[in-house]
Amino acid sequence: MIYRAEVFVTLKPVVNDPAGLTIRGGLQALGFDSVKEVRAGKYLAITLDEADEDHARSRVEDMARQLLANAVIEDFRIELNQDGPS
Amino acid sequence: MNTGIVVFPGTWSDRDCAHALLDVLREPVRYVDYRERVLDDLNLVILPGGFSYGDHLRCGAIARFAPVMEAVAGFANRGGLVLGICNGFQILQEARLLPGALLRNASCEFRCEWAHLRVEQSDSAFTVDCRPGQVLRIPISHGEGNFFADAETLQSLEANNQVVFRYCAPDGRITADANPNGSLRNIAGICNARGNVVGLMPHPERACEALLGGEDGLAIFRSAIHALGRVPA
Repeated sequence: MIYRAEVFVTLKPVVNDPAGLTIRGGLQALGFDSVKEVRAGKYLAITLDEADEDHARSRVEDMARQLLANAVIEDFRIELNQDGPS
Repeated sequence: MNTGIVVFPGTWSDRDCAHALLDVLREPVRYVDYRERVLDDLNLVILPGGFSYGDHLRCGAIARFAPVMEAVAGFANRGGLVLGICNGFQILQEARLLPGALLRNASCEFRCEWAHLRVEQSDSAFTVDCRPGQVLRIPISHGEGNFFADAETLQSLEANNQVVFRYCAPDGRITADANPNGSLRNIAGICNARGNVVGLMPHPERACEALLGGEDGLAIFRSAIHALGRVPA
């Protein structure tokens, strides 16, 4: 089965995010006064071929733990969908 | 002292390191390709600065899986001296040979300028030639050198005397103004518990000749020579 995983990597809440702060400043300068906080992160779309959804999820979790996210500073979240006609 | 300088795709400070050791200190040097797996001929391994693998994903995240890194870990675990400079520091952290992580500079800017570093301890292999409190003037050149560690790790680094260098004012005071990147507690360099592995963001290899603006970086390389039981030139 072909699965499509979307991995969202974000800085842990305790980690300062200079990019997010800069973007927030930009938004506020544009007049978006309601903006309280911006956190910047990474988005990865991974297409993989696995026997079933459990295997696919477990493989992507391994990828995130080993390489995609650095547990010292980052958290990750995975959204998994079967690709193609269902 | 036989020094190996590791070259990953995208490394660029390798030749500066070789120049400092070979031409200034007259110490033998060889380049170590990132695919090598045997480092038995060496007593010092340097992971130099640069942008290994284009800094993609995170600085050092891909380099950490290069074949040579298993050999570097084995070398470090046997007590071999390892120095990670700039990107090399980032790689050592990704490889978990040193704790913490280096985030984007608080200013979001790439900072390329001279910095002052206060030597915090003279027990590591790369500071035995220094005295605690000594101030070294060494340049930085990075966009992601903002040292971070969680509170518990930070506490253990301080308690175990593993903070080796802090950014300071020219007179050695630790001030917010002297901190070029937002590093927690002005930390510029740390070592492992054993003191044989050191990582720092500043570039000592670029401060080894008066002609280039200063030679305070020599203290770090001479310390390694001393730590290996020899009198440096």
